[in-house]
Amino acid sequence: MFGSTFNNGLEAVVINAAALILTLAGFGVFVALFGHNPLDVFYILYLGAFATQLSIENTLTQSAPLMLTALCTAIPARAGLLVIGGEGALVVGGVATVLVGVHLGHLPPWAGVLIMGLAGSIAGGLWIGAAGALRQYRGVNETIATLLMNYIAIAIMSHLVSGPIRDFDQVLKTSSWSIPESLMVSTVPGLDVHWGLAVGVATCVILYVIMRQTTFGFGVDILGGNPRAAQMAGLPINRMVLVCCFIGGAGAGLAGTMEIIAVHGFASESLVVGFGYAGILIAFLARQNPAAIIIVAILVGGISASGGLMQRRFDLPDATAAVLQGMLFVMVLASNTAYGRFKIFQLKAN
Amino acid sequence: MTEKPAMATLPPPDVTVTDMTKRFGALVALDAVSVHFESGTFHALLGENGAGKSTLVKCLMGYYQADEGDISVNGVTQHVTNPRHAHHLGLGMVYQHFTLVPSMTVAENLVLGEEGLSSVINWKEHLEILEAFMQSMPFRLDLNRSVSNLAAGEKQKLEILKQLHLGSRFLILDEPTSVLTPDEADQILGLMRQLTDENRISVVMITHKLREVEAYANEVTVLRHGRLAGQGYVKDLTHADLIRMMIGNEKISKPAVRTKASRREIALEIRNLVVGNDKGLTAVSDASLQVKEGEIVGIAGVSGNGQTELVEALSGQRDEESGDIFVRGEKYGKTRSEMRDFGINMLPEDPLNNSCVREMSVAENLAIRIFDQPPTTYAGCLINRGAVRRHGRDLIERFRIKTQGPDARIETLSGGNVQRTVLARELAGDVEVLIVQNPCFGLDLNAVAEIRNRIMEARNGGATILLISEDLDEILELADRIIVMFEGHFVFETSRDKADVHEIGRHMASHI
Repeated sequence: MFGSTFNNGLEAVVINAAALILTLAGFGVFVALFGHNPLDVFYILYLGAFATQLSIENTLTQSAPLMLTALCTAIPARAGLLVIGGEGALVVGGVATVLVGVHLGHLPPWAGVLIMGLAGSIAGGLWIGAAGALRQYRGVNETIATLLMNYIAIAIMSHLVSGPIRDFDQVLKTSSWSIPESLMVSTVPGLDVHWGLAVGVATCVILYVIMRQTTFGFGVDILGGNPRAAQMAGLPINRMVLVCCFIGGAGAGLAGTMEIIAVHGFASESLVVGFGYAGILIAFLARQNPAAIIIVAILVGGISASGGLMQRRFDLPDATAAVLQGMLFVMVLASNTAYGRFKIFQLKAN
Repeated sequence: MTEKPAMATLPPPDVTVTDMTKRFGALVALDAVSVHFESGTFHALLGENGAGKSTLVKCLMGYYQADEGDISVNGVTQHVTNPRHAHHLGLGMVYQHFTLVPSMTVAENLVLGEEGLSSVINWKEHLEILEAFMQSMPFRLDLNRSVSNLAAGEKQKLEILKQLHLGSRFLILDEPTSVLTPDEADQILGLMRQLTDENRISVVMITHKLREVEAYANEVTVLRHGRLAGQGYVKDLTHADLIRMMIGNEKISKPAVRTKASRREIALEIRNLVVGNDKGLTAVSDASLQVKEGEIVGIAGVSGNGQTELVEALSGQRDEESGDIFVRGEKYGKTRSEMRDFGINMLPEDPLNNSCVREMSVAENLAIRIFDQPPTTYAGCLINRGAVRRHGRDLIERFRIKTQGPDARIETLSGGNVQRTVLARELAGDVEVLIVQNPCFGLDLNAVAEIRNRIMEARNGGATILLISEDLDEILELADRIIVMFEGHFVFETSRDKADVHEIGRHMASHI
């Protein structure tokens, strides 16, 4: 029924808006403690995120990897898993991209980029898929496993870039070999934003269609909604969980690929900047809906984009943007308990 | 501690409810109901599910606030605002499900509900008081036994003793016999009647079992759709009077006739099945049975003797530890394709939690068995949501499911309609093997009759049916063969013609 869907949508909008307002209020108190007028700070936030073409481009650039890492939490969550391994899968995907990419200089760019994209996705997919397998076959909690695997991924990368694949010509920063210049991708026509944005949007749209329009997506919704019902229906639960974990990990791995081929050109600590953790926040804000992830990622990207400006302008501590993100995360999680509590959103029986 | 002599010389509370009305949104759960619960009587509150019995006692106990109407206790009007208040007035309730702490002893369970318990418990003093209390009771339990070792009937007694110990002298019993064997039920209700006859307590019993009302209650109040449908002394009312009050002028469909089965091949076989429970203990031990086509095998037993684990092993919700399940002679691996090929369908208990997805619509829940097959798919892997909705609408009509429409979430439906939805889904297709657990739990008489008829029709059509039920009457009505399950074992088997309720009841209570 249209009314019911509409009411549910309205409920989500109202509750999320309320969470956002409460977050801003809390953040206002935080900056007021540093002696600033919260309204001035909010204005700068807006300026840095959405006011000019430059700030919008900056925001979109920030949001591109977030769309992909959000999928790493959102897709497994649809099957009932809480995966927080986007950070590690991104790193693994980035490293795989470099390992493959350095050998592909002789290929035409489109082929090289395609192969690197596949390498990053498959590496990320196998990484999170392994956590899914540990859960299904060994009973290991997937949340703990993926959290710890983040540290393992970062340690593996640190080891590789400080020895086996280190580029000793780079003296400022410990980094890996660089991929051939010919395989670096440029920006989307008309915007100073790299192709990662287009890849992120396309991936989210494709997954939205898969989750919404295929029998696989329907089966996953049954599994995520009630595993007992899925068991009773004889659904291949292990396979579905593994596929969802693989898809999610592939998304984050692809984010790693895009960071390499569009931004850095090599693997280094610069991959570990919290895109994976911000993705968790976005997945929850979007209620695990791949289409909604696009919008939410842009919003959160705006916070990241304007965070630097805000910190410099008001001489606020470096962690200020993180404080804002953290407050938003807590508010959104807390607001999840508000669904169904407000009578006006409930259609009356009959 | 607060020392309240459980059996003071004063008469037990006399409670009057006048014109009580309680609304939940647009729903009127209780419509101007008046009842007088006379001191020292055994008063039955009879009605079908959703008739308002629970709402009435919850208003009495202060869980709900009535919108209109008065409660008076011993002639004084009381505004009962919370359960603690009700308790101070001497009102206590024994719930349908046990509220005891299994790992503690009888004495500890009796003490833990006491108000004003000091931080340091003087067990010597407490045990002396409890010992004296037990001596004053017509039924006793060993204070040092662990509750986990008590049988269901003993736990029910302990629940009652606990209320009496806490000073309640107006006891509300909510479906007290639903977890008991027939003999245990008779014993407990007999004791309750004895205590009321001695004018030591007043009892209100919520029930939908006419037999219990006729055998034990002094007075009865019948509710229907939230309204008072009749009341009076049990001795003045006939069985037919009570039924008429309970269901009004609605007609109950006649039981489906049992036809003689033609094909008699073994379709479902369980061989040496061992299944564990959540605690890692053995719930089903070495169970073997065969069910033929056109046969209903009923598994009777008191709740918690391994039936749920058995059903879960058959439905794919739990892995067996050893043993095999065969369908038509082939080992059954509980995959979707086997379920489809063999026509295996399930009606598990608690259908909303066991076989539905709350957040999905009625139509989507109805499609859970068939969503990956044409006509609800196209191009092999895409789902045709229009066809899902049409399929849903069709079944909603055929099975008369009351819903706002195919797109309403299933969790908005009443329990009976959720059950009907699952029934529609499982019986609409090709049914060759049907596994059913407590299909009529909590449904009104009409729904019960309809569901039992559909099961019988499936049997007459040649389906192989395993019926697991805690309701012995249901088993006796439907089953061709009856097996009793006790502590994970099949301890007794009898055919329909030779079935004897008392013999079955004895086996339900223990190995003999």
